[in-house]
Amino acid sequence: MASATVLSSTAPVPPHEVAAAPPMPDIMPPVKARRGVTGFLWRHPTIAVGGALLLLMVFIAVFADYLWTVDPTALAPARRTREPSAQYWFGTDMLGRDVYSRVIFGARVSLIVGFAVAILSSVIGLAIGLVSGFVRWADGIIMRVMDGMMSIPPILLAIALMALTRGSVRNVIISITIAEIPRVSRLVRGVVLSLREQPYVEAAVASGTRTPVIIWRHILPNTIAPITVQATYICASAMIIEAILSFIGAGTPPIIPSWGNIMAEGRALWQVKPYIVFFPAVFLSITVLAVNLLGDGLRDALDPRMAKRI
Amino acid sequence: MWAYVVRRVLATIPVMAVVALFVFSLLYLAPGDPAAVIAGDQATPEDVERIRQSLGLDRPYLVRFGEWVWHILQGDLGTSIFTNLPVSTMIAQRIEPTLSLMIVTLIFAVSIAVPMGVVAAWKQGTLIDRMVMAFAVLGFSVPVFVVAYLLAYVFALELDWFPVQGYTSFQEGFLPWIENLVLPAIALGGVYIALIARITRATMLEVLQQDYIRTARAKGVGQTGILFLHALKNAAVPIVTVIGIGIALLIGGAVVTESVFAIPGLGRLTVDAILRRDYPVIQGVVLLFSFVYVLVNLAIDLVYTLFDPRIRY
Repeated sequence: MASATVLSSTAPVPPHEVAAAPPMPDIMPPVKARRGVTGFLWRHPTIAVGGALLLLMVFIAVFADYLWTVDPTALAPARRTREPSAQYWFGTDMLGRDVYSRVIFGARVSLIVGFAVAILSSVIGLAIGLVSGFVRWADGIIMRVMDGMMSIPPILLAIALMALTRGSVRNVIISITIAEIPRVSRLVRGVVLSLREQPYVEAAVASGTRTPVIIWRHILPNTIAPITVQATYICASAMIIEAILSFIGAGTPPIIPSWGNIMAEGRALWQVKPYIVFFPAVFLSITVLAVNLLGDGLRDALDPRMAKRI
Repeated sequence: MWAYVVRRVLATIPVMAVVALFVFSLLYLAPGDPAAVIAGDQATPEDVERIRQSLGLDRPYLVRFGEWVWHILQGDLGTSIFTNLPVSTMIAQRIEPTLSLMIVTLIFAVSIAVPMGVVAAWKQGTLIDRMVMAFAVLGFSVPVFVVAYLLAYVFALELDWFPVQGYTSFQEGFLPWIENLVLPAIALGGVYIALIARITRATMLEVLQQDYIRTARAKGVGQTGILFLHALKNAAVPIVTVIGIGIALLIGGAVVTESVFAIPGLGRLTVDAILRRDYPVIQGVVLLFSFVYVLVNLAIDLVYTLFDPRIRY
């Protein structure tokens, strides 16, 4: 009956009878604003995961000299097609070469090709895109050429180029770069054309700023974000195309252990010795996945408008 | 509108001309002596000279280009260096398996990817959505031959549900034909499904926020009706465009898929031609695929101009 008396009573309740308000549960804990690099990675987990995986691959590629167990080019027919074991971690291939050591060195080829193509095609594509966006008479010609190049599926274009040159890492890089340039040029041209309509660029033009200064100060900074995102996707696509070229025998020469080459060598035996194909395939997939995650994360982080669209 | 159709058709001519010019010029742009590269390391100077002549590298560039285009317009794609057969004959022999593979993949991929994207957009932010998006990232990342080997190993070697390799012509019956194409189509479709599902989801998300969707919901249209009749119809243009653009992925992937599954199509022809450095064949296949690609995209453009009354030019 105590509660009833409290409710009906109008007299002041003695202080010791008043229960203190129970502590409220934290329905919404205060938002901890994380700052700096940790905060950025926390807010963009795809960048953190992709970046970590990619760093791991870069680490493997850089320190391949210390990570291999058996000379990756040493032929030893006596111990060919061994199953994975303590000595040959990923087994041996048809010629007795250690698959683990070859896969480790394969990381180098894949990453070099991916990064080189991404950087080269970005720089060349940027230059072409700028010319196309600023030089009216050249625009029509350049864009028709780019349209034509884009009508050739990139893998086929790279195949056609490789058929005319000797297989080498350099030629693979050049071939894939040529196939990827149109994409960057179109992107840059689009950015330039939309920026030229911006009031601040018009103001700069009106106040007599010279074109090179406008490009340097107003256009270039705005192309960096979309080009960076595009470059990561190009990097991923270049790694896949390199592996495909090597796999079908049009890429790096067989002496170089690239993931595509290792798979090509395991192809004849894949039904009985699937591990020769399996290990390079897993490494390639993880690397490409890492770059793609990084690209998705960068797109969300650098360009919120683009993130909404896809 | 017919003026637009005519203009659009005419606009593909310069594109195809650039493709032809580019594919032709590769022979001249390649560093070093392509005749020597094609002839191989064991070739005698006479061999190199013979190949140089058969490729026409000994004659002026423009004269040779004119001849080449003239021949192409008559359906003559040149002669194989290795087999001495006309390239067009070699392509004709190999076209059925590739066409089958592509059509089956196209139907399979579109019928999976579009519902996937629609459901992901409908259930935005839920586990289903996340799974579809995760699948899309995986689809972009796992190369076609990796999927191909994995499928072949599990479903053909281990479970023995499908033949491991080979191709059976459509003329020998539908079942044997489709049986051989199931695994290659799934392998080839991976990237394509990822691409279409992502675009479908993105476009649907935009459309679902429109006022007419709210109106439809207010007047009592069911969820399925809203998604597939009202929203998907309005989201169709970007989706169909990406289906067309994505065919480039199918063409590139076919080269690999056909080698893994030993399908005697154009992809195999290309790979064989590379190993023999048979440039006229490669040139012919690249040209054919590019023209098909341009024409398919032209057709898609025209179809939605004709059927979508909102598009006016």
